[in-house]
Amino acid sequence: MTAVSIPNPERKLALTNLGIAYTAFIIGTLCGLMQVFIRNDALQLPAWLDYYQILTAHGVLLALIFTTFFIFGFFQSGMSRTLGAFGPKVVFWNWVGLIITTTGTVMATVMIVSGEASVLYTFYAPMMANGFFYVGLALFVVGTWVQSFALAGHYLVWRKANKGEKSPLFAYMTVATIILWIIACLGVVATVLFQFIPWAFGWKEGINVELSRSLFWYFGHPLVYFWLLPAYIGWYVIVPKIIGGKVFSDSLARLSFILFILFSIPVGFHHQLTEPGIASFWKFLQTVLTFMVIVPSLMTAFSMFAVFETRGRELGGKGLFGWFRKLPWKDVRFTSIFIAMLFFIPGGAGGIINASFQMNEVIHNTLWVVGHFHITVGTPVAMTFFGITFWLIPFLTKRVFTKALQRLALIQIITWSIGMVLMSTAQHVLGLFGAPRRTAYTGYQHEDALAWFEGIISNHVTMAVGGSILFLSASLLIFIVVQLAWFAPMAESATQETFPIAESDARETPGILENWTVWIGVALVLIAVAYTIPVADMIQHAPPGSDGFRTW
Amino acid sequence: MHLHKYEKIWLTFGFAALIIFLSVVGVSAFHQGHTPAGGLQKVDPDNLESTPPFDKPGVHEKEDGSYEVAVVAEAFGYTPGEIQVPAGEKVTFKVTSKDVTHSFSIVDTNVNMMVVPGQVNEKTHVFRDPGKYLIVCNEYCGSGHHFMSMEIEVVDQ
Repeated sequence: MTAVSIPNPERKLALTNLGIAYTAFIIGTLCGLMQVFIRNDALQLPAWLDYYQILTAHGVLLALIFTTFFIFGFFQSGMSRTLGAFGPKVVFWNWVGLIITTTGTVMATVMIVSGEASVLYTFYAPMMANGFFYVGLALFVVGTWVQSFALAGHYLVWRKANKGEKSPLFAYMTVATIILWIIACLGVVATVLFQFIPWAFGWKEGINVELSRSLFWYFGHPLVYFWLLPAYIGWYVIVPKIIGGKVFSDSLARLSFILFILFSIPVGFHHQLTEPGIASFWKFLQTVLTFMVIVPSLMTAFSMFAVFETRGRELGGKGLFGWFRKLPWKDVRFTSIFIAMLFFIPGGAGGIINASFQMNEVIHNTLWVVGHFHITVGTPVAMTFFGITFWLIPFLTKRVFTKALQRLALIQIITWSIGMVLMSTAQHVLGLFGAPRRTAYTGYQHEDALAWFEGIISNHVTMAVGGSILFLSASLLIFIVVQLAWFAPMAESATQETFPIAESDARETPGILENWTVWIGVALVLIAVAYTIPVADMIQHAPPGSDGFRTW
Repeated sequence: MHLHKYEKIWLTFGFAALIIFLSVVGVSAFHQGHTPAGGLQKVDPDNLESTPPFDKPGVHEKEDGSYEVAVVAEAFGYTPGEIQVPAGEKVTFKVTSKDVTHSFSIVDTNVNMMVVPGQVNEKTHVFRDPGKYLIVCNEYCGSGHHFMSMEIEVVDQ
């Protein structure tokens, strides 16, 4: 367990995933930069490039590609670090999965770039993209499944060899995330394979729009937990080690992950609160289930601050808040993740507002929502990933995260925070004033719309200033990543970066928490309760199917 | 499984807050009728010309003195192109789409409706203040999405 490094095959796998992730990241953030300027009419695109093409690319590259590839790179290295070296089959199937995922990514990207799929990353029917865009999406998901099964196989081998033992917390949480991902993807796979592909290639006429939307959101909400849970692994397992502490409670950490599996899936209707075709009762039921994730969120918040306070007091912090100053603020691996957590406080509160049934009407599809996901996935998740990157890449490349690079990294996370505060605050406030999301320059001739360019905070220009700072920060991050990958000095054994894994006392942890059959069963029952009747109703009382439209 | 005393207090507080919050939302929704836009009526998106009320898009006064506004959305506009309704009266919007998914969202009000082909979405609203309100499509619907808007005029009776 104290290995300085992990074997070469896993290092190559993980580095390939991270390389693709950061390539997507820099292109995606560049698209974002263009968007904020177009929205305040400061930039005109050439005729061959369309705003909605860039918007689609921004969403797909950052929300799907950057996150997913990063997550698998992180999982592969962590699973090897905590469960031991991969066998040849595990390595092989991870590569197969990675290649399929990449093929799908390339296909979808080509379709977007060539203007065949300006349908945004939600690809709502009956807008019809080129059929190969949907094939690309399907391959992307299948590839992630293959990588998931390969990792699950590695875990099963470990469990067979270590009968009766509880798995290391990192591996446990990875498996929980994978289970969540596979169950969640069933919805998007169903709609893409059985609705979109036959319809886009002309094998089947008409599409059931409401059904496709519901299947998409069955996937769309747990998708955000698929981003969040790996960040939570960083919070639960890695941060305590970085500050020199231990996991607060092994059993509560595991229980919170189980609760996320149970309550992140049967809740997709809270993205569809303002649409027809779903009876109010079912919308409300899923609203209630949505709010259950507050429980594991509160548990996580408690655990984190308990770890911080315990450690701060060990370091000599006195009084009510004295421990706070004792924390290792100069260590960017910690500071980055701490700031990420702070962003999640307003992010989570905003999420509660969004899902609050009738309150959703105030913000649905306004810029508020854009502000919301930039302070959830765009900062708590993304900045946790940055914080992990700072040690994970040098750990994999056996290079040194030098003092100079550490200083740059601090500047990077501070600029990201400032840019995000400016941009997302402007977006939240503009959203409350009714400014729509997903629009190019909104030159509506109405006093309400003209006011969107007049305030100090509630102004499209403020948003652009924030967006520009964010892009500078993103460029700085890429510079650090490139340095850590190729140019930083090679490490000696004393300076070799480690993969921090905190000690977690699992002696008291109930065995039932690792009985996956039980939890998958409970999850499926909840899904059946929340979805069977309304989905059956959508199929039985379907209106005539919609033809495909190409409105871009 | 061991729970720290402070964690018990923290979670009990959280759970109680959750129950109170959801009860408030539930009572407001089902006792006082504050549900978000919705509806279960289906239509044939290719045949709206002969489907009431969309065969005659526009404002209709009903027998009980309330108003119904039938609106058809299509890329990138709404029919009718002008709407005038009285202040202080109940106005029920019924919206559907001829082509892709749109929205019918009136800035400065809680009318924020998805417009889904094949489905009829409904929302009742009372405009307190007269004036011209901006309606925008806030669901991406194609290259002209950001031009899709109109005004609704609310007049004093």
